[in-house]
Amino acid sequence: MTSIGITIAFYALSGLSIGAAVAVFLTRNLLHAVIFVILAFIGMAGLFVTLSADFLAVSQVMIYAGAISVLLVFAVMLTPYASRDNGNSLFAPVGVLVGLGFAALIGFVATQVAWPVFSGSDLEAQNFTGTVRTIGGALLGGYALPFELASVLLLAALVGAIALVREDER
Amino acid sequence: MSAALDPIRTRRPQGDLALVVSLFAVILLIGGAAGVGYLVLSGSLDGRWYDFRDLGVGMAHLAEWLDEQNASQPAATRALLGDHWMSYLTTAVIGGIGILSFVGGVLLILIWVERRLIARIQVRRGPNRLGPYGLLQPLADAIKLIQKEVLIPEGADRFLFFLPPILVFIPGLLVWGPVPWAPNMAYLDLNVGVLYLIAISSLATVAIFIAGWSSNNHYALLGAMRTVAMMISYEIPLGMALISVVLLAGSMQLSEIVRWQAQHYAWMAFLIPFSLFTFFFSSTAELNRTPNDIAEAESEIVAGFHTEYSGMKFGLFYAVELGNAVAVAAFVTAFFLGGWSLFGLEAFIPGYIIFATKVAAGYFVLVWLRGTLPRFRLDQLMAFAWKYLIPITIAHTTLVAAEVTAMGALALPGIVELGTVALVNIAFTVWVMRRWARFLGYRPETERVMQPKLTTQVGGLHAAERMRGAS
Repeated sequence: MTSIGITIAFYALSGLSIGAAVAVFLTRNLLHAVIFVILAFIGMAGLFVTLSADFLAVSQVMIYAGAISVLLVFAVMLTPYASRDNGNSLFAPVGVLVGLGFAALIGFVATQVAWPVFSGSDLEAQNFTGTVRTIGGALLGGYALPFELASVLLLAALVGAIALVREDER
Repeated sequence: MSAALDPIRTRRPQGDLALVVSLFAVILLIGGAAGVGYLVLSGSLDGRWYDFRDLGVGMAHLAEWLDEQNASQPAATRALLGDHWMSYLTTAVIGGIGILSFVGGVLLILIWVERRLIARIQVRRGPNRLGPYGLLQPLADAIKLIQKEVLIPEGADRFLFFLPPILVFIPGLLVWGPVPWAPNMAYLDLNVGVLYLIAISSLATVAIFIAGWSSNNHYALLGAMRTVAMMISYEIPLGMALISVVLLAGSMQLSEIVRWQAQHYAWMAFLIPFSLFTFFFSSTAELNRTPNDIAEAESEIVAGFHTEYSGMKFGLFYAVELGNAVAVAAFVTAFFLGGWSLFGLEAFIPGYIIFATKVAAGYFVLVWLRGTLPRFRLDQLMAFAWKYLIPITIAHTTLVAAEVTAMGALALPGIVELGTVALVNIAFTVWVMRRWARFLGYRPETERVMQPKLTTQVGGLHAAERMRGAS
C-alpha cells in the first residue's frame, strides 16, 4: 500500500523531469538547454529518493548535476554561436531513432523483469537500513573486476587527456 | 605620540562595556548550565518531552502523539493519506522553520561580528554608529540593498542572469539539513550524509558559472572561470579528507560520526589532523574566502562573478557566502571537533549549545584568517591543490584505510589503538609533507636571504661617489 504522498511526489517529479527534457529540445539557446538538463537530472534524483535509493539519488546529484553539467557548460562555451539560434540539426532523424531504441530497451526491461517491491510496513519488516552497504559490498565483492577495470580505463583517459593538451617543453 | 593626536586612546575605551556584557553572558550561561545540571541530577527531567537538553526528544514525543491522533481517524482517511502524514508534515514544518530562523538570525548578526572582528584585527573601528556598538548596521545594509535598483546590463542573457542568486541560495539552505545539533536533533539525518554534503555543495558551481557568463562582462567571466577551476580542484582533497573520517567512523551518517567520536572520547582532529587541515583549507577555497578568494579578488578583477549584480541580488550572494562560512564551521565541528560531545559534559549542557559554541569558534578562525592572511595567487592555489594536497591526501587515506583494517583485525583496547593511530598519522603526515615539498623543489636552506645593507658597511654615505670617481 503506497501512501498518496509518494504518488503525488512521483507524478510531480516525473512531470518535472519530462518537462525539463522537452524544454531542452525546444529551447534554442544552448546554455538554457544545459540549465534544463540539470533540472531533469535533479528531477530524476528525486525519483530515486521516492524509491528509497538514497545513494543513487545523491550520486545522481553529485555526478550529473554537479560535475557533468560543468563539463557541458565548458563544452558549450567552446562552441561557436553558443547563445544563438540552434534550431537546425543534421542528426535529428538519427537522434530520434537512437532515443526510440533506448526507450524500447528500458521499457522492455522495466516491464519484463519481476521487480521485488516493498513499501511502508513491508519495507520495515525487511529490516531495510540503506543501500550504501549493499552497493559497496557488490562493488568490491562480486563486481570487483569490472569496477577496477573501469577505474583503470578512467585513469588512462585522464592521462591521455593530459598528454594531448601538454605543451612542448622547450 | 601625544594623547591629543591619537583619537583611539583619547576616547573612552569601548572594551569596558563589552567586557561587562560578556561577563554577564558567561555568568548567565554558567547559571543556566548549573540549573540544568541540578534538574538532571534530581532526576526530574529524564524522559519527559520538555527535556530541553535535546529538542529532538520533544519532537519525537510530539510525533508519537500525532501518530496516535492519526490512528484514531476514520479508516478511509488513513487509507488515502497514510499512517504518519500528520507527524511527517508537522516535524518537517517545525524543523524547517527552526533551521530557517537560525540561518536568518546568524546571517543578520554575524555580518556585524565579522566586520567588527576584522576591524579589530586590522586596528580599525568597524561599524559603530548605528545602534549600540553598531549592532543595527546589518539591518540598515539590508534595507539599503532592498531599495536599490536592480540593474540588468545590456547584452546580458536575461533568463540566465535572473537565476543564479536563487540557485546559490537553495544549496546554501539545504546544507544545513544534516547538521547534528544534539544526539537526536538532526533535521535530515541521511545515512549518506557526507555524500549529500558534497553533492549539494557542488550544485553551487554551475550557478556561479552561469552568473559570470550571463553578465556579459569580462571581469565576471574571468571570476566565474576562476571559481569553477578552483571548486573542481579543491573538491578532490575535500572529498578525500572526508573519506578518512568516514573510514574511521564506519558510517556516512553525520550523527553516527559524532556519536563515534563521543563514544571513544577521541575527536577526529586528534586522530587525523591532516584531514582537518585539508578540509578547512579546501573549504576556504570553495567558499571564496581569503586567503583563497581569487574568484572575487577586488584588486584584480573588480568583484568577480557578481560584478554586475546590484541591490538585493548582490545581497543574496553576500548572504550565501557568509552562511556557507558558518555551515563550514558547523561541518568542521561535526566531522573533526566532536560535534555535540565535550568529554562527558554533554550530559549536563544541552548539546546544541556545545555545538553552537564550537561553530562560533570555527567561524572565529575563519574570520581571523580573513583578517590576517594575504591572498594567494591563482597559479599558487591550483598548484597547491593538484601537486601537493591531492597526492598527500591519497597517501594519507591509504594509510588510514590500512589502520582501520589493522584495528579491525587486532581488536586491542581502544585507547592503545587510537593513540597509536594518532601518533602514526601525525608522524607520517609531518614526514610526507616535508619530503614531498622537497621533492617539488622547496629548498629553504639554499635560498639567499636578501638583507638591506647599512651604508657604513659599504663605506659610508659618499662611497658611491668615491667608487665612481675611482673608475
